[in-house]
Amino acid sequence: MANANAFAALADPTRRTVFERLKDGPRSVRELADTLPVTRPAVSQHLKVLKDAGLVIDRAQGRQRVYRIDPHGLGQLRAWLDRFWDIALEAFKAEAEREIDEAKEKDKDA
Amino acid sequence: MSLTIKPAAIRKVLNLRATPQRAFEVFTAGIDRWWPRTHHIGKSPLKQVIIEPRVGGRWYSTHEDGSECPWGDVLCYEPPSLLMLAWRINAQFQFDQALLTTVELRFTAVNESETRVDFEHRDLERFGDSEAAGKTREAMGGGWGQILILFQNAANS
Repeated sequence: MANANAFAALADPTRRTVFERLKDGPRSVRELADTLPVTRPAVSQHLKVLKDAGLVIDRAQGRQRVYRIDPHGLGQLRAWLDRFWDIALEAFKAEAEREIDEAKEKDKDA
Repeated sequence: MSLTIKPAAIRKVLNLRATPQRAFEVFTAGIDRWWPRTHHIGKSPLKQVIIEPRVGGRWYSTHEDGSECPWGDVLCYEPPSLLMLAWRINAQFQFDQALLTTVELRFTAVNESETRVDFEHRDLERFGDSEAAGKTREAMGGGWGQILILFQNAANS
């Protein structure tokens, strides 16, 4: 299992974008290529690297291959951390701005 | 051409309607006021999240049963511009003193009432290092997957 390569595989920005699209759920190569400025062969190549690094898994669905984040890989951890920090930092921002907003409300009431 | 591969850090940029002083203060001394209550590694409900305000200070949580959980420590404490924390919680959601991943926040004044915060959580490849790596896969099937589900439920509620 190429765990040590998992995060290295995400260093490429396009590959990271492909990976991050999969956070929202399984996608086929075509679905990914349609929403990215990248050709289907290029998307396939990125997915192969992500698969080799243990970040995504694939399965056949009809005539196409559908990819999703490997629930047993470190990619899941990065995806989780990425979402987690979005939530935590949003809460931090709200708290940092809270007193300013409350002061403005008071000004409005006055 | 260099073929050195660098792992991808998690990066976020925030713009706050607050001064750098206030933003730094809310993130550190005020962390308990905003930290998501669902996110901790204790066995009992979260009581308080604490960052001790000095280099070498502890980052930890206290719990309703009286226990404490270490999360990491303060690597750099330079109010109001720079905070660096060691995040030592591994992929199994266990504290691991040997694990060092870095959480860095840079606070920059945009004007007199706004601050840009550059956030980075880096050295993520270290989650795959050391003896923890072998246990990680095992944990992800059970504990980790379970935590992920709990997290998603909390996030969606």
